[in-house]
Amino acid sequence: MSVKHALLSLLEQEPMYGYQLRQEFESRTGGTWPLNVGQVYTTLTRLERDGLVEAAGEDEDGHERWRLTESGHEEVATWFTTPVARTQPPRDELAIKLALAVTVPGVDVGTLIQRQRSASMTALQDYTRLKRQAGASGEASDLAWGLVLDSLVFAAEAEIRWLDHCEARLRRAATQEVPATAAAAAEQVTR
Amino acid sequence: MSAVLRLVDVHRVHGEGEAAVRALRGVSFTAHAGELVAVMGPSGSGKSTLLTISGGLDQPTEGRVEVEGVDVVGLSQQQRARMRRTSIGYVFQGFNLVPALTAVENVALPRELDGVRSGQARRDAMRALEEVGIPELADRFPDDMSGGQQQRVAIARAVVGERRLILADEPTGALDTETGEEILRLLRARCDAGAAGVLVTHEARHAAWADRVVFLRDGVVVDESGSAPVEDLLQASHP
Ligand SMILES: Nc1ncnc2c1ncn2[C@@H]1O[C@H](COP(=O)(O)OP(=O)(O)OP(=O)(O)O)[C@@H](O)[C@H]1O
Ligand SMILES: [Mg+2]
Repeated sequence: MSVKHALLSLLEQEPMYGYQLRQEFESRTGGTWPLNVGQVYTTLTRLERDGLVEAAGEDEDGHERWRLTESGHEEVATWFTTPVARTQPPRDELAIKLALAVTVPGVDVGTLIQRQRSASMTALQDYTRLKRQAGASGEASDLAWGLVLDSLVFAAEAEIRWLDHCEARLRRAATQEVPATAAAAAEQVTR
Repeated sequence: MSAVLRLVDVHRVHGEGEAAVRALRGVSFTAHAGELVAVMGPSGSGKSTLLTISGGLDQPTEGRVEVEGVDVVGLSQQQRARMRRTSIGYVFQGFNLVPALTAVENVALPRELDGVRSGQARRDAMRALEEVGIPELADRFPDDMSGGQQQRVAIARAVVGERRLILADEPTGALDTETGEEILRLLRARCDAGAAGVLVTHEARHAAWADRVVFLRDGVVVDESGSAPVEDLLQASHP
């Protein structure tokens, strides 16, 4: 996740101080990706060094506020108009685990898949419960969080569908002529 | 919390000898009042069989089926039919609407069969059609409706009146994601109001509305996810 761009885009709205930036970020994303305040301050220092933000004076309570520079505004505009890079697939521990499980002898792949499916389903149930509670007020930050929740729901759903697919393929493979280790792994799935 | 539906070690074998298909092999399953349970599993794993047996539409080869404490297997044809009409709402995988009746007549039918006066049955039916979002289609015939609209009529028919047990086989199959979610909200609300619901679905996002998700494989329950009701923990039903 780009902390840099998240902070810059919050400052697009109005000048803010460090702790406030952290709070605004978390209210919009429902605390899904906790941000520690130290991380906010080091990022602000780096952004100042790069000429993207500058000090905007203190507020009534003595908090030091930050605002965007001209190139800071440009950076935000560029971020929002550029798609997130998909060139390098993000490292996916589950996909790697499964790839190894079907090739390393002696792994009970069927149980591995079911345990994961059950865990992902529990997470999906939790997100759905949150969704049922959220979004009643119609405030902008509720909408933002609702969209983040939807993203988590879609991701968990995709994972479960992929696990169903893996299981079906392994079961099919078990009934056909296949190399020794994969056949053994597939056999365990059908048990 | 009381068990509205209880299956104990249920087996169902279709056919005999060489050609026998063991659709269910020792399934135990409970749905309590106020609880929505989802059933997931690959095609042919026995989901519809589980549901038809729960609704008294099919008989187990072996095992017990209780609806509100009554042994369904022991009932006469007539008693079972009566229970189906009054306590159980059923959404079929293929809708099963009566083609010669309009939407509102289809929904009102189980109420009328149960002796509710036709004016009242029609009012109940209209309200159920409103709940599924298609009151304007009340006087249409099934053949003149889209798949998703027919599905909503079938759902209205299953929830009309005070059903204690709602059994739904892929009720969101022909619906887009938004409409599907509305149906889940409706089922959820009925269960929150005290009914027990069993929902068969392929879609994880819909199963996630349930309190528990039961996974079926080759006629056997392999796993469950979600919180077990307190009573279940005390009953020590696991051998
Ligand atoms: N009347 C029948 N006669 C013979 N076999 C049957 C009969 N009904 C179901 N079966 C078999 O029993 C098994 C379970 O069927 P069931 O309809 O319960 O599956 P399902 O999980 O609902 O599948 P789907 O997701 O495709 O709806 C299947 O192998 C099916 O072929
Ligand atoms: Mg089925």
